[in-house]
Amino acid sequence: MKDFAVRFMRNRPAVVGLALLLGVVGVALLAPVVYPGSPFEMVGAPFQPPLGDYLFGTDMLGRNLTAAVAYGARVSLLIGLVATAIATLLGVAIGGLAGYFGGWVDTLLMRVTEIFQTIPFFLFAILLVAVLTPSLHSVVFAISVVSWPPMARLVRGEFIRVRSREFIEACVSMGMSHRRIIFLHILPNTLSAIIVTGSLMVATAILIEAGLSFLGLSDANIMSWGYIIGAGRSALRTAWWVCAIPGMAILVTVMAINLVGEGLNDALNPRLKRL
Amino acid sequence: MTPASQTLLRIEGLTIDLPPGADRPHAVQDVSFHLDQDEILCIVGESGSGKSMVSRAILGLFASRQIKVGAGRIDFKGEDLLGVSDARLRALRTRHIAMVFQEPMTALNPVMKIGQQILEVLDVHADGDPGGRRQRVLDVLDAVHLPDPARIFDAYPHQLSGGQRQRAMIAMALVLEPEVLIADEPTTALDVTTQAQILALVREIQRKRRMGVLFITHDFGVVADIADRIVVMQRGQVVEQGAAREVLGAPRADYTRTLLAAVPGLHPVSSAQAASPAAQPEVLRVSGLCKTYGTPGLLPRRGARRVHALNDVSLSIRRGETLGIVGESGSGKSTLARCITRLVDPDAGEILLNDVDITTLGQRALRSARRRMQMVFQDPYGSLNPRKTVGSLVAEGPIVHGTAPAQAWSRARELLELVGLDARALDRFPHEFSGGQRQRIGLARALALEPDILVLDEPVSALDVLVQEQVLQLLADVRRRLGLTVLFITHDLRVACQVCDRIAVMRRGEIVESGPVAQVFSQPAHGYTRELLAAVPGRGQAFGREAGVA
Repeated sequence: MKDFAVRFMRNRPAVVGLALLLGVVGVALLAPVVYPGSPFEMVGAPFQPPLGDYLFGTDMLGRNLTAAVAYGARVSLLIGLVATAIATLLGVAIGGLAGYFGGWVDTLLMRVTEIFQTIPFFLFAILLVAVLTPSLHSVVFAISVVSWPPMARLVRGEFIRVRSREFIEACVSMGMSHRRIIFLHILPNTLSAIIVTGSLMVATAILIEAGLSFLGLSDANIMSWGYIIGAGRSALRTAWWVCAIPGMAILVTVMAINLVGEGLNDALNPRLKRL
Repeated sequence: MTPASQTLLRIEGLTIDLPPGADRPHAVQDVSFHLDQDEILCIVGESGSGKSMVSRAILGLFASRQIKVGAGRIDFKGEDLLGVSDARLRALRTRHIAMVFQEPMTALNPVMKIGQQILEVLDVHADGDPGGRRQRVLDVLDAVHLPDPARIFDAYPHQLSGGQRQRAMIAMALVLEPEVLIADEPTTALDVTTQAQILALVREIQRKRRMGVLFITHDFGVVADIADRIVVMQRGQVVEQGAAREVLGAPRADYTRTLLAAVPGLHPVSSAQAASPAAQPEVLRVSGLCKTYGTPGLLPRRGARRVHALNDVSLSIRRGETLGIVGESGSGKSTLARCITRLVDPDAGEILLNDVDITTLGQRALRSARRRMQMVFQDPYGSLNPRKTVGSLVAEGPIVHGTAPAQAWSRARELLELVGLDARALDRFPHEFSGGQRQRIGLARALALEPDILVLDEPVSALDVLVQEQVLQLLADVRRRLGLTVLFITHDLRVACQVCDRIAVMRRGEIVESGPVAQVFSQPAHGYTRELLAAVPGRGQAFGREAGVA
């Protein structure tokens, strides 16, 4: 564990990513403290440029863009984390069962996974949110449903790899139950791959969420980055910052998560990097 | 030997540096030797002795850029190979100095026909006129005694057997008629009978073409069969070199002496334990066991290959006895071990463990019956869960079967001491131990369940000869103290001879001969057994306790 932290800290891009990510998390946590009112509240004249009365200026309704971006960080991170957690659980369960038991269980589960993979994932997410009426829950649900298949495939491969090792045969020959072998012997050996993929999935989930709310497919009472960009796009020629600033926020967050994910990958699998 | 033999390669003070952070600063240090025309020089040593590094340094073939030659000279007929340009080195490779690798499957390109791969060597070196090249390839395939060269020319690597692939590799190395052939463990991946053929081929070609052969191996049996001169390496340094007869017959270095004594002899230890009483009850009785791989599936394909891994196998073991199963790869011996421990389901036959047929047990009954038969695996690196401490690995089995954790842990401590590890090992992880120590942990784990029968599947095949000897001694010791019943699977007749009371020889899924070790070794009844015994490398040389060197 100590080795892991040391290896991670030696990786400069990963540390930069981690610092940026902690910054975003800090902003998200502090948003209600610094801006106690609602981010939808009108505070001044519309279309004020950045670095005037307000750090990021105001939008076409005179709302403080700084507060909006800060509150948007809460939504993006929350949806990213929850959707990824659900998709990971689903993917690990399905991929793990398929990889461990093999045979017809594997065939059945993998065919189901393939059906999900053949549908273009963003269109599928749009469809799900549209059918279920846009809300925080339906967005999380839609993102989870479209993002578990790659995780299931990865976990299945990892389970097959570990299951064929001799130490699993040793477990079987000692008379252990399937449950014990899966949870105590195979899963810990696949954890590093799951963590790395999961961390990158958070970035994808944030992008999908931004895309959905850009199209207006999200809870209208929640301020999110995609929503601000969507609302500001009609005024792009007169007030570029309304779109540009939340766009930068998405860019920075997704990049930070990707850097951290890469760093985790290198730190958890040191042998891959050495050659 | 012709007096006109000249020195081809002269290596002086060769030092190869390892990247910082490796377990030692130099892979090899201050190594000097020479290779003459008309001779086979064997470099012998354990894994990690740096013997392969030397061979790779000659042709500049290091796997990583971080490994560099630090000092020394490699002199090939007056030219220092360390100083020449890359282009010159490329021109020398294969034309003057050729190399044969250990793994014939990975050293050949799987998507190219054998003939094309050899032809490519001629094309790259633009040797001779293009029209005659095909004939030259056919000639060299013929020279390595591949049957039907025209067919082999158009074959892909996967269509050949392991021995044929190694012959093709040798043909590729020989096609430009080099003066020096470097062979890096060329027979290690092969079965004994194939190994014997390849060794004979190397010897024949070396004589015919008057080459110098640098032969790298860890196996003293092979050395005894093939070497004219020997270089013994240990931890990157040459500890002894000289004529084969002298090094094998009267070794000067202690290390060589220890190595030679560790090679198991070919004469059964006629001990008191061999008199295992026939009155003891049978622990295991297997009859009519069959297993076929390649099931037809839902839509049977025509011509799908079905392999009879086990074909009507029957055997029995009495309490306190050690039965050895020997055979080459593909003989079904590992499948037999896995059927008996029910890791694989047999198609037919019965397995009686203490008179209970374990092939018909249900899930739950089977799970509790499993503790009666425990297995030790071949691969010391793959058979221990890397994420668990040694203590929990050993204690887990009994805990699963209902022993109180505190009791299981104290038992684990006793067992680790029994196999020669101290109690501090409990809290450490498998990667902190060497191969031999890991096999000890594997043994402790199996013993923790107090099984009625212990199945050992090639337990020492992955170990160096010194460690192998220690583990075999430990096994003998534990067996005597606990009165264990053992099924010992191995491909190595030398090992089988030292460990087993009775022996069964397997070929293509069938037991062709079985009986007491002394009888099978001195009067083999079946032709295949005789063939196996004749192929054991270094038969003429006395090793181990027979040699009387101590």
